[in-house]
Amino acid sequence: MNIFKKTIFSVLASLLIIFSVNANDKIRIGTEGAYPPWNSKDASGKLIGFEVELAWALCRYMEKQCVIVEQDWDGMIPALVMRKFDAIMAGMSITDERKKTITFSQGYADEVASLAVMKGSSLEGLDTPEGINLSLGGSDVTKALKTLTGALAGKTVCVQTATIHQNFLDSGDVGKVDVRTYKTQDEVNLDLASGRCDAALAAAVAFTDYAEKSGKPVVLTGPTFSGGAFGNGVGVGLRQAGDDAIGKRDAELLKAFNKAINEARKNGDISRIATKWFGFDASM
Amino acid sequence: MINSFPKLLSATLITLKLLSASLFFGLFIGLLFAILRMNKNPIINKFAYGYSYVFRGTPLLVQIFIIYFGLGQIEYLRSTMLWVILKEPYWCAIIAFALNTGAYTSEILRSAFQTIKPGFIEAGKSLGISNKIIFYKIQIPIAIRQSLPAYGNEIILMLKGTSLASTVTLMDLTGVAKYIISTTFKPIEVFIVAGSIYLFMTFLVHSTIKYLERKFSY
Repeated sequence: MNIFKKTIFSVLASLLIIFSVNANDKIRIGTEGAYPPWNSKDASGKLIGFEVELAWALCRYMEKQCVIVEQDWDGMIPALVMRKFDAIMAGMSITDERKKTITFSQGYADEVASLAVMKGSSLEGLDTPEGINLSLGGSDVTKALKTLTGALAGKTVCVQTATIHQNFLDSGDVGKVDVRTYKTQDEVNLDLASGRCDAALAAAVAFTDYAEKSGKPVVLTGPTFSGGAFGNGVGVGLRQAGDDAIGKRDAELLKAFNKAINEARKNGDISRIATKWFGFDASM
Repeated sequence: MINSFPKLLSATLITLKLLSASLFFGLFIGLLFAILRMNKNPIINKFAYGYSYVFRGTPLLVQIFIIYFGLGQIEYLRSTMLWVILKEPYWCAIIAFALNTGAYTSEILRSAFQTIKPGFIEAGKSLGISNKIIFYKIQIPIAIRQSLPAYGNEIILMLKGTSLASTVTLMDLTGVAKYIISTTFKPIEVFIVAGSIYLFMTFLVHSTIKYLERKFSY
């Protein structure tokens, strides 16, 4: 082997080592950075929020190094599947629909969804129970959905694309609604305030956070939603385990996250971080 | 995959509607500003130049965002009649696209007018034809023929530009493709189908322009 070949060989070998070490060592966690207070960015562009802080805490429990990667919401699951990162922590609810493609850790927080309107809207003060659980069903839920169907008929309801909120409106549970989809929650908030949307549907905290920061008269209306299309809490999204070496590592990662969440919950870390960002304990 | 094809095709209709409406208004805007650009009055001239400079110098995405999200923030505007139009994402998209393609079209037409040989106009004058008739019967037809290749390019660019309509909630071809991906999580397959539909439309535009070029060659 001459010197030239040796050099090339050693360079390639060292590159291989660098990349494999890189892939082994650090857990890459994808988040959106545009869904306050779950995850967002501060003025300097640094990622902040409940899930960013929780991610660092979970990484400490797992005793692993982590990198938090930013990813647009509508490409979140494809990016995970294509191995751009190893885990999703982006306010993503655990739903059967998503479980067809990826897997989830146990839930770490409860997302409560709600409709929001501008103060003075005819949709304010709907006669519905405080909260409905679509999984439970019953006459209360049926009645509430009927009230909503009547109230929302012909109205424009805005949601972020590819969310449980869009799935719910598309499911037909509240009849035929003119659904408008946006790339980010920020854009939903802008168009709710401008009057292009009659109502918007998202995590209740997303609206209260916006109302507080912008000073716009955004108010919640109707029941809070859970269960059914709204899934069962928010968890860490992970790739489905496979039989090859990488697939096994994904399975181990799932175990590691579940264990870390258990410990963080037991030590009160999740409650503490949730209270800090949401103003109430949204942990589960 | 096959189930999503009809959805993509019906979304193609929205894309075509956006394209034709933008080109229709854009052509009028372009012609108007091309004529203003050739005006000897420096204020009119500079105004037309400024319009084309601003709309060619900024990204279409920024323009559509300013018109849709930006104007929506102005409270005064929301109380005027204009809001009836600006409230609809469809019209906001068409306004942005028409203003954008209008700027490019004005440049294409201006250069086409300027390349008309003075001999053609002089020939008309020597026959005693009025300036107005010379403009309509000699300058405009020649300018249209001259600008066909460049304008064909502009149509193709605009066709691809309409994909930005999906950023203001319109369910055009790109918007529906993204929606299907968000439920199937299969970006490669869906984008290949959507891309092929765009390619096919480009092929149609291209062949039509080629046919017209041959027909009007002199």
